[in-house]
This record gives sequence, C-alpha cells and structure tokens, in this order.
Amino acid sequence: MKSKSSAAILAAGVAVFAIATASAQQGPIKIGHMTTTSGPQAVIGIDMVDAFKLALKHSGDTVAGRKVEVIWGDDQAKPDVGRQVADKMLESDRVHMMTGIIFSNVLLASVKPVLDAGAFYISSNAGPSQLAGRQCHPNFFGVAFQNDNNFEGLGQHMREKGFKKVYFLAPNYPAGKDMASGYKRYYKDGLAAEVYTSFGQLDYSAEIAQVRAAKPDAVVIFYPGGMGINFVKQYAQAGMMSQIPLFTGAGTVDQTTLPAIGDAAIGMYTGALWSEFLDNAANKRFVEDFEKEYKRIPSGFASASYDTARAILAALNSIGGKVEDKDAFRKAMANVKFEAVRGNFKFNKNQFPIQDYYLVQIEKDAKGRTVAGFRGTIMKDLADAYGSDCKMPPLK
Amino acid sequence: MSASLFIEQMLNGIQFGVMLFLISAGLTLVFGIMNLINLAHGALFMLGAFLATAFIKWTNNYLLAAVLAMVITAFVGYVLELLVLRRFYSRSHLDQVLVTFGLILVFNDIVRLIWGVVPVQFRLPQAFAGSINLFGDVQYPTFRLLILAVGLLVALGLYYVVVHTRIGMWIRAGASNRPMASALGVDVGLIFSLVFAAGAALAGLAGLMTGSISSVQVGMGDPVLILALVVTVIGGIGSIRGAFVAALMIGIVDTFGRVLLPPALGSMVIFMLMAVILAWRPKGLFPVHA
Repeated sequence: MKSKSSAAILAAGVAVFAIATASAQQGPIKIGHMTTTSGPQAVIGIDMVDAFKLALKHSGDTVAGRKVEVIWGDDQAKPDVGRQVADKMLESDRVHMMTGIIFSNVLLASVKPVLDAGAFYISSNAGPSQLAGRQCHPNFFGVAFQNDNNFEGLGQHMREKGFKKVYFLAPNYPAGKDMASGYKRYYKDGLAAEVYTSFGQLDYSAEIAQVRAAKPDAVVIFYPGGMGINFVKQYAQAGMMSQIPLFTGAGTVDQTTLPAIGDAAIGMYTGALWSEFLDNAANKRFVEDFEKEYKRIPSGFASASYDTARAILAALNSIGGKVEDKDAFRKAMANVKFEAVRGNFKFNKNQFPIQDYYLVQIEKDAKGRTVAGFRGTIMKDLADAYGSDCKMPPLK
Repeated sequence: MSASLFIEQMLNGIQFGVMLFLISAGLTLVFGIMNLINLAHGALFMLGAFLATAFIKWTNNYLLAAVLAMVITAFVGYVLELLVLRRFYSRSHLDQVLVTFGLILVFNDIVRLIWGVVPVQFRLPQAFAGSINLFGDVQYPTFRLLILAVGLLVALGLYYVVVHTRIGMWIRAGASNRPMASALGVDVGLIFSLVFAAGAALAGLAGLMTGSISSVQVGMGDPVLILALVVTVIGGIGSIRGAFVAALMIGIVDTFGRVLLPPALGSMVIFMLMAVILAWRPKGLFPVHA
C-alpha cells in the first residue's frame, strides 16, 4: 500500500512537473531591449526602439505561434545603470535574451551577467573589438558591426581615389581611436594628421583654422551625435566645403543628425553599412513602413535594429520557437537565413557580420529633405580584423 | 604658425570668449547679487535656442525671432524666480544646487516633450550663412563676426547699466548690503526679480547665438554650464568686469591650448589656469565682496 501511494505521489509530481514545463513552453519568448532613451543620445535609442517595434509588428508579435514579449529598458548611456537594468531583466523578468545597447562601454559592463546567466546577447549596435576577438562568446552575436568596420571601407575608397594627404579628426575616447585604426587598416599609407578633440566639444573653429592652414587633400571626421552637427555646420560656415572635401565613415552623419545640419552637409561623402535607397524588397518595405509609422526617414541605427529583430525572429522560427533549447537556438542564430535590409549578411565564425560596405553622398530628395544618396558598393564581404583571435568552442 | 593663422586663431579665441561672456554674465549677476547658485542657467540657455528655432520657422525673421525668444526666456526666468527660487535665497548652497539641478531635469524633459529628441535645425539668414575675406588670406565665418559684435555691445551695455544708472546703483547696493539697501527704501525683491529675468534673457541670447553654430538639442546647456561656472569663479563671483576678462582669457587660452598642446593636456588647460588663478587670488580676479 505504502509503495503504491508513494508511486502515485511520484506520478503526480511528474505530472505537475510536466505541466509546468509545458506551460513554460507556452509562455511568451522574452527579449530584454535596453538602449539609451534619455539624455542627448536618446535620438539614437528611440530610432532603434521604433525599428525593433516595427519588425515585431511585421511578424504580428509572434513567432512559430508563440507570443514575443519585449521588456524595454533605458541605460542612460551609463555603464553602471546598464548593469543594473540588465540584472533586473535577468532576475525578475527572466528574459531569454537581450539586445539594444548603443555604447561599447555600456555593453562591456552589462554583457557579463547576461552571458553568465546563460542568456543570449544579440547586439544591434555596439561591437567592441574585445567581444569580436579574444573574449568572443558562444551566446554573443553582433548583428550590426564590429566598431572598426564603420571606417574600413572608407579607408579603402580613399586609397583607390588617390587621396594622398588626409587629415583625420575624432573625439578623444576609445571609439575614436578604433575608427582611426579601422580607417588606417585599409587606407594603408598613414595619415597626414590625426587630431583628437575633447569629447562633447562645442566649438571647432580652432581645429578648422588649422585644417585650412595645413591644406590637406581631404578631411575625414568621426563625430557622432551633436559633435557631428557642430563640426559639419561650422566647417560649412567657414566656407571649407567647397575648398577641401569632407568625408566620414558609417554612423556619423545620418538621419539622426541630418535634420539638424540641413543644407550644410550637402555634397559630403560618407561610408555606410546601409542606405535607405538599397534596392531590395526587405529594405523597401522597412523604409516605407518606417516612414508611414513614424513620419521620418530611418537611420542606419534603425536599420541595424530592424535587422537584429528579424534575425532573432528568423532563428526562432526555424526551431519552432523553442527558445529554451539553447543549443538549438545558438545553432539557428549562427546559420540564420533572413533577408537583411542592408543586403548581403552572414555571420563570421566569431559571430560578427560579414557584410558589404557602401558609399553615399548627402543630397536633397524630391521632397526637399536631406538624404544619403546611394553612390555604390566599396567593399564586398567585409569581415572584421579580430576574428582570428577568437577561439569559439564548436557548435553542438 | 604663420601670421595670418595666428590672427585667425586669435579671432576664434576672442569670439569664443565673447560667447562665454554672454553665457556667464547672467550667472555671475545672480550668483553675486542674490547669492544663489543657479545650475538651471544652462536650461534657460537651451530654452533660448529652441524658442529661437521655433520663432524663426514661424516669423521667418531672424531679428524678431531673437527678440521674442529672449523676452520669453526672460519671462520664464521671472516666473521661476517668483515661484521657486525666491524661497531658496536664504537656504544653504547645497539646497540651491539640488533644486536647480532638479530644474535642469525638468526643463530637459519639457523641451523633449515639445520638440522631441532629434536635434533641430537652426536656419541662418543667407547674409550670415557663409564666410568673408577679412584681409590677406584670413577667411572668417560671417556669423562669428556678428557674435563678436553682439557680445561686445552687450558687455558695454551691461557696464553702462550697472555703473552709470540708478537701477545699477540699486543692484550694487542690494548686492553689497541687502538689509541696508531695503532700509533705505530700495525694493530689493523687485530688483532681484529684474536681475534674474535679465540674467535669463542673457542666457537665452547666448543660447540662440550658440545654437546657430552648433547643435540645438536636449541637454545642450549642460556642458556649457561648466565653462560658465569656471568663468564666474575666475572672474570673481558677481563681477561683470571679471566675467568679461575671465571669459576672454579662457576663450584665448582654450583655443591656443587645443591647437598647440597634445589633446589630453589641451582639454585640461583651462582648468589648470583656474587652479593657478585661485591659488593666487582665492576670490577671483575682481572680487566684489572684498
């Protein structure tokens, strides 16, 4: 009798456990989206949130019949805040994966608890060299780029065009130096001058006067956000646009800053990993629907965020939404097939992208808005330089 | 460095200095006269820039837009003083820092609600959008020359008002001995309101001048505030003359420091200058309350 009842209890326990697992299977797939939605850099974060929402809307907020729930967070561009938000998302929201961080310093501080908890991090912007190289991780995927990529294509383009004396300016912080080394990796000849200014500088009149006196063939800048607005406006006001051509890599002068720069940027060349005019069906749908929904043109940041959401959804779809099976999801991500709005896309073995690099030029469209007109492909299948340092354990 | 480059950099330094003076003039007046640390000064600076962009779009007249933006910023400053800051004159500096820091956050979010997070465009009138040849091969942006002229005019105007008019005398009296001034029949409360409104108008003017050469976005006043505090402290708190001298000094030193020194040192040079001056004269160059 006794053994019978304990068997019954055991059976009941197994049944309860089975039901619990089944209901966990039925629950939503939880994605923690943490980006910067307050402070001066919020313009980028909001573009990314909007694009992510659009991708989810396009899939009806479900994948393989399972609901997708996004928990939204704000890291305020601060590493300590990012870490706290990540902890909260992991412990109380129990997210399966996280995405959305813009700044590499925030990412490096917040990614460790995510990976330690066995969750995934799918980056839609920041791509620090550490995570592409020696610290690469099976649960970390960078969909956007490795930071250096943003200027690598530009370096190659300017070498091909025969610019001999190039003057480079960037803010004095790690990403500024990453961009310079990305540029130099493919430009090869070395720069005539490499000037670093303090982060968040307002006035560039002194630097512009020095440029004018140095008489270079071309000027290359990396000034994200407000710094880019300041520099380009002041460069144009000094009458320099017509004297010495101004270039920049991807993610510097785009739809997060162009509305504020206005006509001053017209004629300027910039490298890009995506353009609103790329001719593929996914991109056309993205740009059209984004404009319809939010009444503005998406930026490159938005495009990478949209691609990230679509890569996640495609990988989940291919495994029937079983996000709990981590090995299966990892494998599905590494081999994900989806129509990226940026054109060619596949993951390298360090789980960072291999993608094309484009040249765009700022011009006016038919509606009088400043846009990045497509000028052609500079590089095919650009991979980052750190992959060889990555010793990734083989996929199971 | 060639002679023409030196002249151009000198102009850049003076122009930057004049801009700093516009920003600091209001701050130093309020600090010196009401003994109030107003961190929200940067928020008023931002408000001036945003209002000007809105009015330019609306009226298509740069001058009118600038006047409207200054008047409204002054009014906002007046209301702020009346409703909130008046209660903090007698409180500790820490309380003042806390409440005005809170105001920065409030203003940033109000501006974000109205104008959104995307930086807005500040359209310059065609006559000031480009640059002109001054002499030889010195080419200089026209709008920066305008900033130079406006800043010098404001400095002269302030000097005249504070030193040669009755209101200026009241202001100085209220600053040096508040109870005595009010015992002699000066309406100190009214004077303080006026000074605060004038300080706000100057912040607004500085904001709309800066907005036309740099980016108009939420939080644009915060980095500027730090420089304005440095100018105020070096010049001597409450001294318009000190603010003018210190602003020009910082403008020139910062410009040449950035160009001639390595980057890490270049961005530090104004703070080192501040440390040296304060070690030499702890109350600043032109102390008001000796």
